[in-house]
Amino acid sequence: MAHSARRDSPELPDFSILKRLARDQLIYLLEQLPGKKDLFIEADLMSPLDRIANVSTLKQHEVDKLYKVEHKPVISTSDQLCFLIRPRIQTVKWICDVVNTDKVPGKSRRYKIIFTPQKFYACEAVLEEQGIFGDVSIDEWPFYLLPLDDDIISMELPEFFQDNFLAGDQRWVRTAGSALHLLYSLYGPFSKVYGIGRCSKMAYESWREQVEEGEQKARQAEIGNVFLIDRDVDFVTPLCSQVVYEGLVDDIFRIKCGCVEFGPDVTASDKSVKVMLNSHDKVFSEIRNEHFSNVFGFLSQKARNLQTAYDKRRGMDIKQMKTFVSEELKGLKQEHRLLSLHIGASESIMKKKTKQDFQELLKTEHLLLEGFEIRECISYIEEHINRQVSMIESLRLLCLLSITENGLLPKDYRSLKAQYLQSYGVDHLLTFSNLRQLGLLVEQQPGETLTVMESKVGKLVNDKTAGKLTDAFSSLAKKSNFRALSRKLNLVPKTDEEYDLRVPRDMAYIFSGAYIPLSCKLIEQVLERDGWTGLEEVTRLLNGHEFAVTGSSGVDSRGKNDTQRIILVMFLGGCTYSEISALRFLGREKGYKFIVVTTAITNSSRLLEALLDNHV
Amino acid sequence: MIKSKVDEEDYWHSSKFKAFTFDDEDDELSRLKESRQAVNNIRRLVEEDDDEDDVERISWSGEPVGSISWSVKETAASSQRADREPAFPKISTDTPSISRSQSGYSLSSLFKGKPKVGNFQTFSDALTDSSVRLYAPELRKPKSEYKDYVSDWSPEETVQRLQQGKAVSLERFRTLQDKLLLLDHAIAAHDGNVITAVLIYLKRTLCKEVLFRELESRQTALRHFIHYLSETQNQRLLLELHRALGRAEDAALLQYKEHLSITDENKRRDFLKNCLSLPFSAEDLAHVQDHYTLLERQIIIEVTDRQAERGGKVEIFQKFPRKALILNMPLITTLYYCCFYHYAEPEGTFSSPLNIRQTFKISEKQYFVTALAARAKLKAWLDVDALFASRNWLGFTRKKSPLSFQRVVDILQKNSAPTHVLQDYVALVDDGELRLTLAQKHKCHDIVISVRSADAVQTYRDMKDRQLLLGYRGKVVRGSAEERKIDDLLSNPQIRWKN
Repeated sequence: MAHSARRDSPELPDFSILKRLARDQLIYLLEQLPGKKDLFIEADLMSPLDRIANVSTLKQHEVDKLYKVEHKPVISTSDQLCFLIRPRIQTVKWICDVVNTDKVPGKSRRYKIIFTPQKFYACEAVLEEQGIFGDVSIDEWPFYLLPLDDDIISMELPEFFQDNFLAGDQRWVRTAGSALHLLYSLYGPFSKVYGIGRCSKMAYESWREQVEEGEQKARQAEIGNVFLIDRDVDFVTPLCSQVVYEGLVDDIFRIKCGCVEFGPDVTASDKSVKVMLNSHDKVFSEIRNEHFSNVFGFLSQKARNLQTAYDKRRGMDIKQMKTFVSEELKGLKQEHRLLSLHIGASESIMKKKTKQDFQELLKTEHLLLEGFEIRECISYIEEHINRQVSMIESLRLLCLLSITENGLLPKDYRSLKAQYLQSYGVDHLLTFSNLRQLGLLVEQQPGETLTVMESKVGKLVNDKTAGKLTDAFSSLAKKSNFRALSRKLNLVPKTDEEYDLRVPRDMAYIFSGAYIPLSCKLIEQVLERDGWTGLEEVTRLLNGHEFAVTGSSGVDSRGKNDTQRIILVMFLGGCTYSEISALRFLGREKGYKFIVVTTAITNSSRLLEALLDNHV
Repeated sequence: MIKSKVDEEDYWHSSKFKAFTFDDEDDELSRLKESRQAVNNIRRLVEEDDDEDDVERISWSGEPVGSISWSVKETAASSQRADREPAFPKISTDTPSISRSQSGYSLSSLFKGKPKVGNFQTFSDALTDSSVRLYAPELRKPKSEYKDYVSDWSPEETVQRLQQGKAVSLERFRTLQDKLLLLDHAIAAHDGNVITAVLIYLKRTLCKEVLFRELESRQTALRHFIHYLSETQNQRLLLELHRALGRAEDAALLQYKEHLSITDENKRRDFLKNCLSLPFSAEDLAHVQDHYTLLERQIIIEVTDRQAERGGKVEIFQKFPRKALILNMPLITTLYYCCFYHYAEPEGTFSSPLNIRQTFKISEKQYFVTALAARAKLKAWLDVDALFASRNWLGFTRKKSPLSFQRVVDILQKNSAPTHVLQDYVALVDDGELRLTLAQKHKCHDIVISVRSADAVQTYRDMKDRQLLLGYRGKVVRGSAEERKIDDLLSNPQIRWKN
């Protein structure tokens, strides 16, 4: 597992301050409602909350009972209710129901809503409409950033993706700007900011405005450069099957807030166990970035070492034994526990993957990435659909086909869509409409269609507005241009060479040597070139919206010091564990340290589930 | 970093009304309500004071989006800007340029709006303004720059204050021009929260015809509005919007989606029937038609089968009790169900697989896969066999399949087909190497030993690999036909073993 790492990688800043800050802010808010109170927590805030505080912290601040927000009538008898929620209209409506139900028998309680990370006017409007504005007090808990590991920070806002990219709602732009601003004020000033994507550009603007609004303190920078990237710049990468250990664990067991629950099949007992997966897990930290094919070898080697360490006991005298027990045994036991968990997980992964012909699936993905034997790929996907194999998996392959091929031939599109609807339900008409809107699954358009549509609509409205329309359409009709991008950036290494996965030579190792993730390749290129110069053709294929700016106060005489090699990469709309592994690899190769900030950790299932529309 | 401190709370704590409002008994309700009202009135006064206070205390700074009130901004900002350059440059965003509305603001500003919207926004300010004090003391501006009380905020300033969560009244934006200018500034600020806030105000103060018309040329605002309406489940207005903008297909899909919330299957079927008159694309209309036909049929099948099951006369339902209702299942699941329970029925019945295949134009391959899986599940190997033969009966005895035989084996094996069934199909796999692998995997000894076809390749015998064959002998049942076969081969002097 030894990589040819550069030894001079700079140290990462300490992000635990973010947790402390968030905790203190929450405590302050809880103290604003003195006395005993019951706390209702939005379901998807429970895990993030767990990472920064625990029940006793809450109890210390007079939280009596804890409830999950379930949109059901409350049974609490407390005369003070506090709601810790995301700014979602449905949740606020439920709170209105709670308050209005109390009003009927004239029950009087005090209510407080804490929105996190911020409130929205639309939520307040609901309170007003329901006649309870003023009956509840409102606060904001600016809990923007949750460090999941030394180098991963999550905003824990999975809805960012569909709100921004599917609905076209820019409500989270300022939130992203504020998150960046928080990092800036704690670890900045930044020297340079690079970015690509519409949302990135807007988030940058929002951050810049906040910088101008606020004070600027002179401090030692701990983060050098920043790279902002929209998820829709690269949809191919998150749609590929993950084969690096951490990504694979996420695909199969779903890592939630840096924690995974291993079921009985992994633990080889009758109970499940929750494990934190981060750099503190000594076993995990050594295999997380490895291609899965290396993991077994590593684990068995590790098991042998462990056996040897245990075996040392033999022939020890009492005194040695005492030292062994007091000094080594605990560590060994800990390692033993972790090792058996990860071996169990690997076995379970193997079982699941062989059951569904993983090899064949990967082969199809690789062919799609290379652009070979597309007909065979289509019939493979068709068979997948016909046999009603996983609904998400079929959709994933369809989308991958569409993006890599720049859309499906109308004939194929119709036939595959019809078969999909037959296998998984006509309700998915709505899903297909979403996917088309996002450009993930589209019919190939004959060349001129776009301009025709533009001029047609242009005539309908007056000329003044035509310009705006063009903009709107260009985002709608976004082409993926994957094939051209892949050629330009050499994303698909030549197949005739053997790829030794144990000694990766580039970031392609995260996909078995078949594909270098586009997102990470862009980051590599821009850092190398210190901007977008020379990448004009690439940015054109990516529909533009690239930028590279230098802060006047950021560039100082210290020049190329360590800080310059600490790069913060912010993914707007989510990033995968595979991408993080690829960036870690790039960091080791080039002597950078990457900090990944993401609106949420994503993978193909999460991404597509957000677009399913076959439920109420 | 604490953003908000609750002034309201402070107020309650210091107020003499406190005891009444929150801790009173029920029988004092009416008195309580009166007090609450009184308090609220006072609060409103207090807020107004706050508001004024706020105006005096707080200013704003930042870049202008257009050219509006640039001069005002310059004066406001010069005090801070003079000594520091903005750290990072502004980058060009795709902001439409905003033309300054020439209509005076003075008239509307006379009507200082304090109804609902204004109220809540001022209130929110009361909640947050103290944080501004803590947060950004540098934002205070000199006395000389006070505005003429509340409502003189320009659209741009208004947007900025909205972004910062500060108090602002939108009521002064009364002319259409003013409203649109405000909206365009909100769009230019790229803050969805503010765009939606302005849209809520416009929805309240403009008739929908005008609002829709203006949204048509503002795609960003339009998408925010659509999202807002769907989040607030304002289906009716959303439909009107789509129709008004000629987005017929969107409207149709949206209406179609409503069927998901109808639980009664008959009502759902009727609803789907009505959907058939919606302006879907031709392609989608066919799918919706199928959806309706399918549900209609499922209802009939469900009724009949439930009776059959209860009656206890039909063997298949006794042997394999149904696990779930067939209602609302996808077409292929329905086909599978019918292949399972109604396989032999004549084509005339609703539940006949052939009828279903016909009605919904199911592809040959799809039908084949489903029937195969269903019959294999029942271990009806004769039916399975017939599936391959029936379609090529003109003198050919060879089995043909629209599906690769590898896949066929896979399906059979997943339904735990016995070896003697499996091996028939393994033998038909084209690729020799694959055939051998499958044969080994599924323990089809005959094929491994390969005596069946003359042109068989890559078997142990062909490989002349005596060691492997010997090893294999150990795995077969003692005294079985397989063992005898192997012994024959091993003792055959004709074969020149390579080892």
